[in-house]
Amino acid sequence: MTAAPLLEVEHLQLYFPIRRGVIVDRTIGHVHAVDDVSLSLGEGETLGIVGESGCGKTTLSRAIVRLLEPTGGAIRFRGREITRAGRRELAPVRRELQMVFQDPQASLNPRKRVGQIVGAPLVLHGVKGAAVERRVRELLGRVGLNPEHVNRFPHEFSGGQRQRIGIARALAVEPKLMMLDEPVSALDVSIQAQVINLLDDLQDEFGLAYVFVAHDLSVVRHVSDRIAVMYLGKIVESSPAEELYTKPIHPYTVGLLGAIPIPDPRQNRARRRLVVAGEPPNPIEPPSGCRFRTRCPRATDVCAAVEPQLTEYAGGHVAACHHPLNVTDAEIAAARRSPLSPLSSGDQLPQPHASLPGGDAAEVAAEG
Amino acid sequence: MAIDPATPDTTGTGAIREAGGDVPAAVGPDGRPAAGIGPYRLGLRRLRRNKVALAFGALFLVIVVLCLAAPLYADHVAHTGPNDNHVTEQVTVRGEQKDVVSPAGLPIGPTWQGRFLLGADQNGRDLAVRLLYGGRNSLQVGFVATLITMVLATIVGICAGYFRGAVDGVLARILDLIWAYPVVLLGIALGTSLALGGITIGPLELSGNSLYVPAAIIGIVYIPYVAKPIRGQVLGLREKEFVDAARVQGASSLHIMSREILPNVASTLIVFLPLMVANAILLEAALSYLGAGIQPPNPSWGTMISDGIRLIPSAIHLTFVPGAMLVLAVLGINVFGDGVRDALDPRARVRISAAREEKISDEAMEATVEH
Repeated sequence: MTAAPLLEVEHLQLYFPIRRGVIVDRTIGHVHAVDDVSLSLGEGETLGIVGESGCGKTTLSRAIVRLLEPTGGAIRFRGREITRAGRRELAPVRRELQMVFQDPQASLNPRKRVGQIVGAPLVLHGVKGAAVERRVRELLGRVGLNPEHVNRFPHEFSGGQRQRIGIARALAVEPKLMMLDEPVSALDVSIQAQVINLLDDLQDEFGLAYVFVAHDLSVVRHVSDRIAVMYLGKIVESSPAEELYTKPIHPYTVGLLGAIPIPDPRQNRARRRLVVAGEPPNPIEPPSGCRFRTRCPRATDVCAAVEPQLTEYAGGHVAACHHPLNVTDAEIAAARRSPLSPLSSGDQLPQPHASLPGGDAAEVAAEG
Repeated sequence: MAIDPATPDTTGTGAIREAGGDVPAAVGPDGRPAAGIGPYRLGLRRLRRNKVALAFGALFLVIVVLCLAAPLYADHVAHTGPNDNHVTEQVTVRGEQKDVVSPAGLPIGPTWQGRFLLGADQNGRDLAVRLLYGGRNSLQVGFVATLITMVLATIVGICAGYFRGAVDGVLARILDLIWAYPVVLLGIALGTSLALGGITIGPLELSGNSLYVPAAIIGIVYIPYVAKPIRGQVLGLREKEFVDAARVQGASSLHIMSREILPNVASTLIVFLPLMVANAILLEAALSYLGAGIQPPNPSWGTMISDGIRLIPSAIHLTFVPGAMLVLAVLGINVFGDGVRDALDPRARVRISAAREEKISDEAMEATVEH
């Protein structure tokens, strides 16, 4: 990352209050949906965010576009603080910061024609008259739809086509950053590939930056420059894209990679996997220390006592684990605390392998 | 996962044929893609196939046209006004001279000719003329009341559903307050008090015998019946991603409510429209019958039934004629309204009929029939 990053998120927290009460609602707890997440993204880059359902990745993306009010931390867009900005203050930022939604069915108003849907952001930002119509046709053509279909309604399109409409809408005001909230999860695999290729082409053409949220590591692999893995509201690992697949450090990442099926049944059966068993713990009262410790086969006492810092290894590979995989003792010794670490985390480096019982699990991961 | 950049993307141009089963032809006669078929066009098609609903709609339309033509009928056929008194006069029926009102006080029955087509009432007024003029008043009150209900209920329902929280709480309590009273009881209470004093809202002044007093009362009384379902629908709609999408684009709340949410509740409003007209006409009749609606000597179907009730044994046409007209008008628009509902929003069937059966029609019906 060179120059000033396009998007900076610092120690972002978003808690949902849980209210209960007969007459007067009292707040009895919080869902720690996003808990101290820091990230940054340069122009034209793609950051993939991966994690299982309920890990807070969608909440994070919605908080960044300010659909949800952050509880704490800061969001900066081109250095401008937008964490608490009002609607009018946000207007110029909205132009450059758009979003594509997960459900192509629900994200298009069923009562509006495609032309109105795609033209809406243009109209909101002051484009008038025939210019809107011209631009809408151009956009539809660009995302691979027939420009003659401007007068159609969303229900007259297939799922993949609807998602293209959603992309055209986000593209309308020429944004610099697009939040993609599981843009292909609702689509068939063959259509997924087409939409991802479209997104890839658009990125090259317009120099877009993406935050690509997915629950599936295989989807983000091809489009991301960096990938961040989230678990229970925190980023547990973040690295340049390919390195995450070849050299996963956090046991959770290893587990996720092991969950990707290999299309050859013999190979699939033969590989040794680190299986992440059970359900994610309750985000209302997350476990102390490392949040993954309740499901981690490598967990020890220190994991319960101290929240692991995000340790930065060589090549900008960051992971929050006391007992990392796939790194040598020398690499651990050369590592340092990442400035992205949560404020509440401890400041000790991971423990060398010698101290760990059953350190052989290190070999488990390293396969594509 | 295989992502093959060479895969040709055919979904863009093949368009509609892949989109699903019941999508109508995608290509117009000139081979170019036709304009999209919206939910309303689809609804209209479905409605056109429902002959029964159309027939009843036509019936209602005929009644409306007849009532609008009341002055023409009065001037050119009956040669008398709705409030003109002919007690002491005589009329020639098939060469025979007859009293309009007999010395015993019995009005003449239907003559089936230009003058006194449907007979006269005990004040010697032409029943057919009064029927049409009364229909004008009844329908006018019905339409104005429905307009008031629809506009206010839409605003209240959308605001309550969209803002939730305190706004919803306050609005919901006000609606509950209106809902807590039986419609007729509330109508009578408001009607009798307002008929004496009239209404003054800022520059707007309505005297007690204005037509718009009952219209305003009926309009307000029915607000909860429309506002509550709208609110419920908006509660669901506001969580939809297209609302988030509008917000990400920088849309204001007003913009979202009017441009994103309103079009989605519009079909519900259209479905409610004929049903509310029917209910408003019925309630107007009930209130007028009880003396809390349109004030005499202005005719309306309700006041006419009320006028004739004492003479039922001897001159049943006085009650039967306006009663039949009321039934036909309400039946016509109700059946038509059901057709509209089935055509536009097939899923609304359960929702609306449940709400309606519980509350609206029963009370209004009972009130007109009971006495």
